[in-house]
Amino acid sequence: MPEQLVFAMEVFTNGLMSGVLYALVALGFVLIYKASGIFNFAQGVMALFAAMTLVGIQNGQVPFAHLINAIFGTHVHTFGWNISSAFALILTVGVMILLAWAVQRFVFRHLVGQEPIILFMATIGLAYFLEGFADLMWNSEIKTLTFCLPGELCLPQGMNLAIDDAAYNAWGVGFFIDNLDITATLVAIVLVIALVAFSQYTKQGRAMRAVADDHQAALSVGISLNFIWVLVWSLAGFVALVAGIMWGAKSGVQFSLSLIALKALPVLMLGGFTSIPGAIVGGLIIGVGEKMFEYCFGIGQCFGGVINLGGATENWFAYVLALVFLVFRPQGLFGEKIIERV
Amino acid sequence: MSNDSYVTEDGRTIGPTVMEMKNITLRFGGVKAITDISFDIREGEIRAIIGPNGAGKSSMLNVISGFYVPQEGEVWYKGAKRPPMKPYQVAEQGIARTFQNIALFEGMTVLDNVMTGRLRQMKANMFEQAIWKGKAEREEVENREKVERIIDFLEIQAIRKTPVGRLPYGLKKRVELARALAAEPSILLLDEPMAGMNVEEKEDMSRFILDMNDEFGTTIALIEHDMGVVMDLSDRVVVMDYGKKIGDGTPDEVRNNQDVIDAYLGVAHD
Repeated sequence: MPEQLVFAMEVFTNGLMSGVLYALVALGFVLIYKASGIFNFAQGVMALFAAMTLVGIQNGQVPFAHLINAIFGTHVHTFGWNISSAFALILTVGVMILLAWAVQRFVFRHLVGQEPIILFMATIGLAYFLEGFADLMWNSEIKTLTFCLPGELCLPQGMNLAIDDAAYNAWGVGFFIDNLDITATLVAIVLVIALVAFSQYTKQGRAMRAVADDHQAALSVGISLNFIWVLVWSLAGFVALVAGIMWGAKSGVQFSLSLIALKALPVLMLGGFTSIPGAIVGGLIIGVGEKMFEYCFGIGQCFGGVINLGGATENWFAYVLALVFLVFRPQGLFGEKIIERV
Repeated sequence: MSNDSYVTEDGRTIGPTVMEMKNITLRFGGVKAITDISFDIREGEIRAIIGPNGAGKSSMLNVISGFYVPQEGEVWYKGAKRPPMKPYQVAEQGIARTFQNIALFEGMTVLDNVMTGRLRQMKANMFEQAIWKGKAEREEVENREKVERIIDFLEIQAIRKTPVGRLPYGLKKRVELARALAAEPSILLLDEPMAGMNVEEKEDMSRFILDMNDEFGTTIALIEHDMGVVMDLSDRVVVMDYGKKIGDGTPDEVRNNQDVIDAYLGVAHD
């Protein structure tokens, strides 16, 4: 097999894998948007906050250490213990549920029935607040995330040697895939199946869809709006945690993690704001699209290098694609068509 | 409050009082929507609240279903005084309702809409439901059977899988009724079930209301401003005008009540 083709396939596969990571972030947006009509700008920061909390708990960091030291003149920084990843994960889920409750109790409960733009502005405020809060709580140093479940099952780092070897045997050339990307893909698949099962088959899922559709009607069949909203924000918090772990393991837990939310925007425009499968397909298209575009036209590897834009197309390709979609299919690939009878 | 039962001319049994409103007053700022109204609803009966536009009928229904909380008065339900409640808590207690301007889940199918009416009856935990085993499976099958029976009953089998947003007005009303009925309510509240319908649709709806009461023994409280329809349907009628109660009794009693005649036909002030 020609080396050129193997390289193209490698780019394609890598595109798929990074698409999965985009989709993970987009999923969180879809969940909240579907159930409450709120476009949650803070989703990216929630991923950052979740990842920082996980690392902080794992390393036994004292929350608000700087604040405590500044007020009381002490020098505490860590509890001096290490907590296993699995236990830290459970505690972090607890923190995210608490966050969901607080967001609902102190912000959105007071904004029921407001214009969507006001709810959106509130989430921008929330994003900035949470960003500062996360720094205050866990300090702003860049942290590395190592995540191991019992039985030495760690989130992998680096290249997959097995595929590399197999590829050498089959084609006589190397085939590089990040082990972490494979894991992320598997985790994303499990997560999506679980989410779809939850929203389609459980009582709470049905209630969630009902609330998304009509508040008054939901109340009249005995659904508590507050409970459903806390549930949805908790779910979004959980998805943010998973995304935070994957991205954190890939590029370190740091501020730029919160910017992945921006990459989720074109994914949502492609997939539609209301569709879970849409978020996945949208993520894959963006992931593959930007990598292949870069490969073909960015560095001029296709059609004999006729078009060579000189690289860095990855920065804008997704947004241009989203713009094209906005013009021709505003509801996205899978978004609900708005049915209105006159 | 009465604890005795009696049998109507057409052979239905009307039981003791299930809900009693005592001296209800509801104000919106300085406007009195309801002034000192008391009446009761008995088990198994069809109870109508009628009155001209703006009489406070819908407000009354909203008080019963918990959407409004009255400033004065008490609501007694199944022999106990009801504390102030959220609408969803009232629904959990077994009071289902429909809305004048239809509140359905437009993006969901007819079947899904009706199934939401049975959320209260689903007890299996989240995990069991998600993997579709044990209690959850039994419950879903059981609930589906009940729902299918109601769908059959209301003659909406043909549109079971259609998203509600695509349906015409008359059918939407019927789906909303199906969802309320699916909850197997102790009291079913209908807010102008025949508003905006043509004669044929009105006749269908009247038939459904009567059959529902007859076949499932559902207690029904309904609001209408079309007097003709109501008189044929109901066992007892409350008449409201300008937020006050001006009549209460069987259709015949109400029909011959001078205050009611005045309210509907107008009276010369000289």
